[in-house]
Amino acid sequence: MQISRDILTRSYQAMRTIREFEERLHVEFATGEIPGFVHLYCGEEASGVGVCAHLGKTDTIASTHRGHGHCIAKGVAVDGMMAEIYGRRTGVCRGKGGSMHIADLSLGMLGANGIVGGGPPLICGAALSHKLLKDNGVAVAFYGDGASNEGSTLESLNLATVWHLPAVFVVEDNGYGEATGSSYACAGTQKDRAAGFGMPYFECDGTDFFAVYEAAEEAISHARSGKGPAMLHVHLARWYGHFEGDAMSYRVNGEVTKERSERDCLVKFRQRAADVSLLEASVLDEIDAAVKNEIDAAVVAAKKAPLPEAEDLTRDVYVSY
Amino acid sequence: MSKKSFRQAINEALRQEMRRDPRVIIMGEDVAGGRGGTSGVQDAWGGVLGVTKGLLTEFGEDRVLDTPISEASYIGAAAGAAATGLRPVAELMFVDFVGCCLDQIMNQAAKFRYMFGGKARTPLVIRAMYGAGFNAAAQHSQALYPLFTHIPGLKVVVPSSPYEAKGLLIQAIRDDDPVIFLENKVMYDEEEDVPDDPYTIPFGEANLTREGNDVTIVAFGRMVGFANQAADRLEKEGISCTVIDPRTTSPLDSGTILDCVADTGRLVIVDESSPRCNLATDVAALVAEEAFDALKAPIRRVVPPHTPVPFATILENLYLPSVEKIEAAVRSVAAYRVKEEV
Amino acid sequence: MSETITPITMPKFGLAMTEGKLASWSTPVGATVKAGDEIADIETSKITNGYESPAAGVLRRQVAPEGEMLPVGALIGILADADVPDSDIDAFISRFNESFISDDSGSAGNDEPTRKVTEVENLKISVQESGSQHDGIPLLLIHGFGGDLTNWMMTQPALTETRRVIAFDLPGHGESSKDVGDGSPVSFATTVAALAEVLDLQRVHVAGHSLGGAIALELAKTHPDLVASLTLIAPAGLGQDISMTFINGFIEADRRKTLEPVLQQLVHDKSLITRQMIESIIRYKRLDGVIPALKTIAETNFHDGRQAFPLRSVLETYSGPVQVLWGEQDEILSVAGSEDLPDAVTVIRYPDTGHMPQLEKSPDVNKAIKNFLDSGNS
Repeated sequence: MQISRDILTRSYQAMRTIREFEERLHVEFATGEIPGFVHLYCGEEASGVGVCAHLGKTDTIASTHRGHGHCIAKGVAVDGMMAEIYGRRTGVCRGKGGSMHIADLSLGMLGANGIVGGGPPLICGAALSHKLLKDNGVAVAFYGDGASNEGSTLESLNLATVWHLPAVFVVEDNGYGEATGSSYACAGTQKDRAAGFGMPYFECDGTDFFAVYEAAEEAISHARSGKGPAMLHVHLARWYGHFEGDAMSYRVNGEVTKERSERDCLVKFRQRAADVSLLEASVLDEIDAAVKNEIDAAVVAAKKAPLPEAEDLTRDVYVSY
Repeated sequence: MSKKSFRQAINEALRQEMRRDPRVIIMGEDVAGGRGGTSGVQDAWGGVLGVTKGLLTEFGEDRVLDTPISEASYIGAAAGAAATGLRPVAELMFVDFVGCCLDQIMNQAAKFRYMFGGKARTPLVIRAMYGAGFNAAAQHSQALYPLFTHIPGLKVVVPSSPYEAKGLLIQAIRDDDPVIFLENKVMYDEEEDVPDDPYTIPFGEANLTREGNDVTIVAFGRMVGFANQAADRLEKEGISCTVIDPRTTSPLDSGTILDCVADTGRLVIVDESSPRCNLATDVAALVAEEAFDALKAPIRRVVPPHTPVPFATILENLYLPSVEKIEAAVRSVAAYRVKEEV
Repeated sequence: MSETITPITMPKFGLAMTEGKLASWSTPVGATVKAGDEIADIETSKITNGYESPAAGVLRRQVAPEGEMLPVGALIGILADADVPDSDIDAFISRFNESFISDDSGSAGNDEPTRKVTEVENLKISVQESGSQHDGIPLLLIHGFGGDLTNWMMTQPALTETRRVIAFDLPGHGESSKDVGDGSPVSFATTVAALAEVLDLQRVHVAGHSLGGAIALELAKTHPDLVASLTLIAPAGLGQDISMTFINGFIEADRRKTLEPVLQQLVHDKSLITRQMIESIIRYKRLDGVIPALKTIAETNFHDGRQAFPLRSVLETYSGPVQVLWGEQDEILSVAGSEDLPDAVTVIRYPDTGHMPQLEKSPDVNKAIKNFLDSGNS
């Protein structure tokens, strides 16, 4: 398949931005300066970016508590995200949402979500908006293998089919729901679940940007063309614990090291780019350097940014009082 | 202006708002009814008690959406649609079913604006029936408005008459925040004059349905009518009552309640929801905290016992507050005199 | 024997009244009264009004206690000569009550008003007609700013006895459409003329209150052939002053507590403003489009706190009869507006009366209109 140079450049940049953002958070979290929980998306970058490469501003996504990658892939500004994670007034949610609730509705980003299975019903609604407002938009729910067992998710697969919605259900299957393996927690297969609702099913290796890009194109164009919802099952691996500070004693030693060395989506992307002469290494190096600077600047700025004021505590509970 | 039932008033509010704004849609279980049936009859029910009857015919199936019996998905969908440009009115049928979709209301719709730093608008209305008096027993009779009142980010409306219902529902639909609109199922056939044209009644503005000097009665929803009856009977005994219908439990017009208690010094609260952490306790706490010096008698609450709603008529009647129970409570606070200190 | 006993019954104020509350007795038992003396205050859902004795005599009994709600026609008191024995009165009361059947529909007969919505130049206009069985020139009633056709509740039934009477809600008011155009008297007068055409009225007596007075003047200017006579009650257009406290307060006040003092400016006897009257105005103001309509009217007519449309000159050119009725304590439009009018204009000023003499002094106003219309104009 043909992918334009522009899309490739932007996708690589997004994946690299996610990686730098998350690796930096891993380091910064350990210093104790970041409040609350942080769930990192390292290793899963190609999934969010490969899917969002097919989406525009009028399309909508809903994310999970592991949502930084989806935000960046959908175009949310990293300085605002970093400030948010540091609990600053300049954060995208003015320091009132934090890592698990980063959202930017103006970009069609319906929010990271602290509730497992929170996103799929919302995406049915967003898809309904696209359908009734006739903006040709598609709504995409990212959710994990853990959320795939939530009633709200299964109900949403049904509702989206019954209402014939332009929705895509992207199962990011990283093998673990918190500390429990999906081999234990998920009965049957995602494929059979899609079939159970009469929904087309696509799957791909989530560490291969090109595979995700291709599968997502099929799933999204199916939904966008008015044929109803589709499911995209993305196979992934999680490089860090469920949250920062998780010792991951439930994983065998070497599991993550192997993933990092053999299935790094950025390494695979560079390899493929070199193999077929898509993008020059120097271009990618420039992106890497620029991204590093951007993340450095975001961290510096976030640390210096003002904290919320006492008056912010009671603001914005309602639009009108 | 013509006489309209509570049911017609709500239907008319929905119809007029759907005509005014194409973004207003309704969804719920059997809000039309009949899809997939063998007779081919559409709009077979128009809601389980006929409240949304006729809307499918006028607005079509894109805007009157029957849902599977699947509350988590469609209440969540209503929240998602509200956040992305539509103005959905979702019907939860019986409010007791909130157990199947509380996450979508409590953790999603209610929280968007605050946790997204004031950048979200969620113009969502969830209509649901509440209340005992229908022999519908424990899972179809609860008065759960305290549950929603407890959740910041939600507005909660408990209309007390057809006139109130129409104006408050139109206000709810035009409001940019998520609103829980609770209809007492026993009141659907109650009638009164309701203007034909659209109108709005603002939230957080209590209505004084009676004004008197001796005792303040605060009552919610269907209990307002009970309180009015009690007040009219007590008037003949020489006890004059103010009856406050707060209209919305969130926001709550605490100013009007405190003003009236300052005038009368005696307070009875009538609330048909379960007695622990309900609106009666909330109002009692407010008055105890803010108007302690004005009180001339202990606050009395007329509330059900702390039990599920029973089935048998005799038990259900015992369960609910009644005009007689309100009268007795008012008499007792009216007669109360502070003991002289020894 | 019973000729000397006069029953006093619950009156019917306004066309819609079916019951009333005896708010208070103003005459003690045993007092001698003349016909026309006020003997009680009757409270209806709309208004509290003085009830005048229908005959002369001694008030022998107050059958209805204060605070009692009774249907129209029910016995509330007994008037009789001092020498009628108590036993006769007791017998009369029990006979009356045995035979009394509350029957609202029967008592109203042909005078029962019809209310309908008429299409006038793409506007819905709510019209209430009564007395259509009478020949002669009908009377058209035009209410004022923020009012509606129920402002004539004491006027329309009384004048319907001999005449077809048409009251209606102006655009922006009552149950009519809320589009008021530019809100000027000219624009309203155009609608009124169109309404007359729709109702097939070639010639009408016009009574206008307040802003409705200015509209009536404008109508007389532009459609002199339509207007048989003018009755102007506390009209706009003759003076310059206007109480902006009232106009702005009426627009802005949205709660009973804040609206009550505003409405009290309308009357001299402040107790006339009932809870229900306040409630019905709050309900009106909640209707879609009302606040913008009122703001437009206020902005157009009362810009800079003064009346924008002087219409005194109409009285120089209009050839029909004109009478002006005004309360001396009018707080909205000063009674000074009734001074220095052309000699041909009949002017009646009512003492202890505010801006709404047709409510506050309804028997006098009804008499004035009736006499005026009957004195050769009809």
